[in-house]
Amino acid sequence: MSLILPGEHVPAQHVNLKLGPGLLQLSSANERSTIISTRAGEVRNTGSRKWWIEGNSRRYVPAPQESVVGAVISRSGENWRVDIGSAHMASLDGLAFEGATKRNRPNLKVGSLLYARVSLAHKDMEPELECFDAQTRKAEGFGELKGGFLVTCSLKMCRLLLDSEHFLFPLLGSRFPLETAVGLNGRVWVNCKDPKQTIAVARCIEAVDPDGGGMEESAVKKFLNTLDV
Amino acid sequence: MPRPPSPSIPEKEFVYGALKQSLRLDGRAMLEMRTPTLTFGPELGWVECALGKTRVLAQVDGKMVKPPPEWPLEGLISIHSELSSMASNEFEPGRASDQEVTITRMLDKVLRRSDAVDKESLCVLAGQRVWHIRLTIHVLADAGNMLDCACLAGIVALKHFRRPEVEVVGDEVTIHHPSERAPVALALHHTPFCLTFAFFPDADAGTPPLLDPTHLEETLAAGLLSVALNAQRELCVVQKAGGVPLAPADVLAIVDVAVAKARELDKVVERALKEDWKGRNVEVR
Repeated sequence: MSLILPGEHVPAQHVNLKLGPGLLQLSSANERSTIISTRAGEVRNTGSRKWWIEGNSRRYVPAPQESVVGAVISRSGENWRVDIGSAHMASLDGLAFEGATKRNRPNLKVGSLLYARVSLAHKDMEPELECFDAQTRKAEGFGELKGGFLVTCSLKMCRLLLDSEHFLFPLLGSRFPLETAVGLNGRVWVNCKDPKQTIAVARCIEAVDPDGGGMEESAVKKFLNTLDV
Repeated sequence: MPRPPSPSIPEKEFVYGALKQSLRLDGRAMLEMRTPTLTFGPELGWVECALGKTRVLAQVDGKMVKPPPEWPLEGLISIHSELSSMASNEFEPGRASDQEVTITRMLDKVLRRSDAVDKESLCVLAGQRVWHIRLTIHVLADAGNMLDCACLAGIVALKHFRRPEVEVVGDEVTIHHPSERAPVALALHHTPFCLTFAFFPDADAGTPPLLDPTHLEETLAAGLLSVALNAQRELCVVQKAGGVPLAPADVLAIVDVAVAKARELDKVVERALKEDWKGRNVEVR
């Protein structure tokens, strides 16, 4: 358990070093370059190649190739401005959808929710989004999210929800069918047939969130039994 | 930070649809209020009130001043409240949003103009010395319904506060330190509580009003009705903001609900104050 604060030096050394979230490489005037952390949390590494910082926060910092849930705010020319919870609004090209041409564009409205992938993210620029998979150029689940409801949670919770070993979604899915899109920016879109089920999912996500108590599986089962689903 | 955008279309449609079936997002009943949690500080007159995730801090301070010549026999009460960016990233310091103005005005009406505190008892020496009671409200977190939380924190702080004992001999005023003589409570005429109800579009088509809205419910509401009253069924303030037309029968039904809630709140407040008092040692030998 090595707790680290932003700005501290991390002893990561390898020929093919891969830096994950929260680490930055600083090259100084003499050839030595140091690795420093940009977030508070625990330093983790697999082998000595991949290093990253594991911590929790609520404010999203965009990074490329991450899937996020965004809400359309306005239209500026051909682009859409989308709020993904970061410091800057993201921009989404009107043609960045599968099979979109100048004549055949998806019809988005202000206030619609989208599941998109961050294609470009630099510290001081507006992030850019795309609604198709990078390799296959097909939708693969990205695009407009219709109906359903949006739940906000901490960033660690979204990463837990995306983990296939986590208990929550299989547990809920065994009780009723549900559709979700988990954004790494702290937003989860949920869609069920019955509003009661959607509300149950929202409350379970808030209860299991490490920020809101971190309920465990048996307690969640008891909680679900008290709700009417 | 630019103003956060209004709720997305799926959120709006879901909330309206769920409310038609009387389902709220946090599982409460339509007319159920979040249980208030009162935390008292080390000083007398320092209270933090939490309604779910909405937290408001109230602090009461008293000092002796010369009264204005128009009202030489009454004390002064001033309420200072400011919504800083700590409450939510929607508030900017220096610029008072509509919501902030409404809260300041309602606090003034509920706590000051309703004559909750007996101002004549604050007079020490007519025309020369009166108590100036200052109530400061800080909103720590906004998860909906800051107004009710702030009013509750304010009135509990006023009930919790003790001013130093004062002795007047002729024209001489002696203020006794709390360690010499036990400090004295403020004389309160009554204890007003504020309750806010939110209304949604097509109220008569089946979406009933709900009590104690959360942030999302507040943003999506078509109108808000705030009723301030005390446990003795006396109405202090009725404020309606927003364009949903209401039949008189609806308003009366709301007031009935508010009366029952005010009684419950009164019991909660009394219990909390008693428990806190037991833990304090303000005895003077």
